[in-house]
Amino acid sequence: MKTKKGAAISIATMVSPVTLWMAFFIAIPLLYVAVMSFCGTDENYNVVFRLTLENYRRLLDPSYLQIYMQSILIAFLTTAFCILLGYPFAFLIARTKSRKKALLYMLVIIPFWTNSLIRIYGWRTFLSASGMLNTLLMKLNLIDTQIDFLYNIGTTVFGMVYCLFPFMILPLYTAIEKLDINLLEASSDLGARGASTFFHIILPLTASGIFSGSIMVFIPALGYFFVADILGGGNSDVIGNLIERQFQSGNNWPLGAALSMILIGITLLLVKLYQKCGGDMESLGV
Amino acid sequence: MVRTQKRKLKKGLGVGYCALIYLFLFLPIAVIITNSFNATTSKPYMTWKGFTFDWYIKLFDNSALLDSFGNTILIAVCSTVLATCIGTLAAVGMYRYRFRGKGVIDALLYIPVVIPEIVLGIALLTLFAKTSIPRGILSLVLAHTTFSIPFVVFNIRARLTGYDNSVEEASMDLGAGKVETFFRITVPILAPAIGGGALLAFTLSIDDVIISYFTNGQTKTFPLKVMESIKSGVSPDVNALSTLILAGTTLLVILTQSNLFKRRK
Amino acid sequence: MEKTKIVEIRNVNKLYDENHVVKDLSLDVYAGEFLTLLGSSGCGKTTTLRMIAGFEQPTDGLILVEGENVADKEPYERNVNTVFQSYALFPHMTVFDNIAYGLKMKRVKKKEIHDRVMEMLELVQLGGFEKRYPSQLSGGQKQRVAIARALINNPKVLLLDEPLGALDLKLRKQMQLELKRLQKKLNITFIYVTHDQEEALSMSDRIAVMHGGVLEQVAVPLEIYESPASKFVATFIGETNLFEGRVVKIEGNSVSVMVESGMVTALGEGFSEGELVSISVRPERMNYSVTPVEGFTIEAKVREQVYVGSVIKAIVELGNGNEVKLERLAGQALPMDGTVYLYWGENDAKLLRTPDNEFFQAVENIQMC
Repeated sequence: MKTKKGAAISIATMVSPVTLWMAFFIAIPLLYVAVMSFCGTDENYNVVFRLTLENYRRLLDPSYLQIYMQSILIAFLTTAFCILLGYPFAFLIARTKSRKKALLYMLVIIPFWTNSLIRIYGWRTFLSASGMLNTLLMKLNLIDTQIDFLYNIGTTVFGMVYCLFPFMILPLYTAIEKLDINLLEASSDLGARGASTFFHIILPLTASGIFSGSIMVFIPALGYFFVADILGGGNSDVIGNLIERQFQSGNNWPLGAALSMILIGITLLLVKLYQKCGGDMESLGV
Repeated sequence: MVRTQKRKLKKGLGVGYCALIYLFLFLPIAVIITNSFNATTSKPYMTWKGFTFDWYIKLFDNSALLDSFGNTILIAVCSTVLATCIGTLAAVGMYRYRFRGKGVIDALLYIPVVIPEIVLGIALLTLFAKTSIPRGILSLVLAHTTFSIPFVVFNIRARLTGYDNSVEEASMDLGAGKVETFFRITVPILAPAIGGGALLAFTLSIDDVIISYFTNGQTKTFPLKVMESIKSGVSPDVNALSTLILAGTTLLVILTQSNLFKRRK
Repeated sequence: MEKTKIVEIRNVNKLYDENHVVKDLSLDVYAGEFLTLLGSSGCGKTTTLRMIAGFEQPTDGLILVEGENVADKEPYERNVNTVFQSYALFPHMTVFDNIAYGLKMKRVKKKEIHDRVMEMLELVQLGGFEKRYPSQLSGGQKQRVAIARALINNPKVLLLDEPLGALDLKLRKQMQLELKRLQKKLNITFIYVTHDQEEALSMSDRIAVMHGGVLEQVAVPLEIYESPASKFVATFIGETNLFEGRVVKIEGNSVSVMVESGMVTALGEGFSEGELVSISVRPERMNYSVTPVEGFTIEAKVREQVYVGSVIKAIVELGNGNEVKLERLAGQALPMDGTVYLYWGENDAKLLRTPDNEFFQAVENIQMC
């Protein structure tokens, strides 16, 4: 068959572009960020190479700790709502016998071809004090004065759920579609009512979808600073906001790097947890 | 029959629930599209002042906005082409051959998918700063290619299962060299998967916010221009452009994936 | 044997949109019997089974289990259990948990579940397998787990949907015997669905033959074979020779029929002159003579004969090119390349009505000489 040398050349040709690219644009920058997190800055805000733990010490400051907690809470709530709202939806779409099934699936994805910023802005318009929701509620005489829907953790969670919804739906859909309907019939045949069939059969067999979806929602939610900005108005900062600030106005890249290392740490932890629970990496590729 | 009535009720609830979710998904889009026809003229452009097509026309006078859109398209095309080339070679190569280090490459590919975009964004910023790569179109193309490659690879890999490479062997048996075989046989057969990967890369690029935010220098892409406008109030020509983009992408996908809309047997 | 009716199907119709899958089906199943629904794909047998189980609802008509109308009962409310064609074992549960599932749903005590599951495992000869997962089992073993899982609930009726289809021949024969043995031992009513007529003939107390959504005949295997009630049953079960023709003379219950290749006689009642009929003669009942026989005028040339162990299978060709199959005991070979006259005894042929929809085709088949 192929000569060993010939195969080696083929492998090299096909795989080295990606290896080099990823090494240069992923591995090296991240390594540099790791190193930078131990560096300091001088008066001109330039990075200075004297290794120090100063950045990490600053990150233990209570004000920062509060934001970590808040960020994790927001990410957690986002994930929870994505699961609660998304699972029934994914289930209904995946198991529909309608001929329009592919269309229904597409309809979930189409909104996400519009710029996510402007859609979040659309929500802000809708939910603002003078926006459509308030106008509608007042016209229906359900409220007397405008309600301030915006600028709190709730709205931020709402916005995150909106942005990250498809990342939960897609893996759930795949897992649910694979479910053999015979198993559900067998369960019913053996005496299980709807709820029992759900807890004993459906849930365990689609758990992988829930895990993949959770990873794909929780981790980005920690970093989506623009949602927190636009809908949360500074009252619901996430770790992403902290990082953004250090690289923009704060001009303290090493500190930003240290914060990023914390995010990477949390990410690694969750991925390891995911793998421990039997999650497989391929289903994260979406 | 009580049972069929119960079924109908359940079905009704199911349909109702899905409708609500779809409403949730499309509501801001409806807001955007509606506001693109808003005859308002003053910031923050929120109150409804009547119906007009004006903004669709004024859009073409807004050179800054159009420039940003042009940038976005240019970057998307370049990064898609690059990512698709690199990614296809990688996906096929990794599928076909066994070699040491596959795990490492896999890990490198998973990183951009799993880590928060902001981390990737600042990491790339740092790289560009250190290596003095000019921040602008070039840095954006490089950045977009970087996060697109893994998606292209995974997309193609997923569709490679069941690929029988005896067609390639037949090709070489008949005299075609490896490179020729790749372009004459492998690529055409994998065209749908490659197309799917490319489409994904394109979509990711035109909508990218976070990574572009850090790696753009002074260049504005459309999403970044939107971000800028949000602070002062988004004028409806931005809505108009967004609506046009949505229409365009929908059309594109319908044309390329039209088999999705055929009746499923 | 008791003659209590355990399942009663009364004038059941099932339509999927325009597709009329089960047509006015009426059938009674008796307690303790092994009844098979037999027919080719699409004849409605599986749909009927699913309606008894509760996975489908009749479009109209009534299904009674133990005298009760089950129309409003969900599958989990019926005292009926199913063995699925694909086994449908829960992949994430052990063999033990799979079998215990039904009992768990009934909130049976843990100790009792344990005892009963172990007992059941012995019954299906899978002792020692309780901790295995379905993915670790062979086809035959999965089969037995599926049966155990259903039987442990002591259903009044066990429904089996082509359970042996995926097994190889030897295993299938083995399982057929085991299932029959199990059924007799437990005295549970089995309703079995298959398209394999040999399987049906060997296992069943009674067979219900279905075709195009219609019940063609329900009877004990012998009767199905010897006295098929319709052309379909005659041709579907075993091999037969089918002659199509028109009644020309009736004397008592002796009917003379003109078929394409000549004149034949058979016994039948209730036929009228000029009626289009079919005559079914099994190869082993077909006889020949070297001289003409009264009442029969079919000539044939012997084309080939094959020794198949204990019998000789012969094929003779009629004047019009059609072939007729004969089966003789070894030692009774036909004269090769000779002309023979075909005939049969009174009780060796079955006279069948030609269904309305084949009327015009039958007309074309007849050429009056």
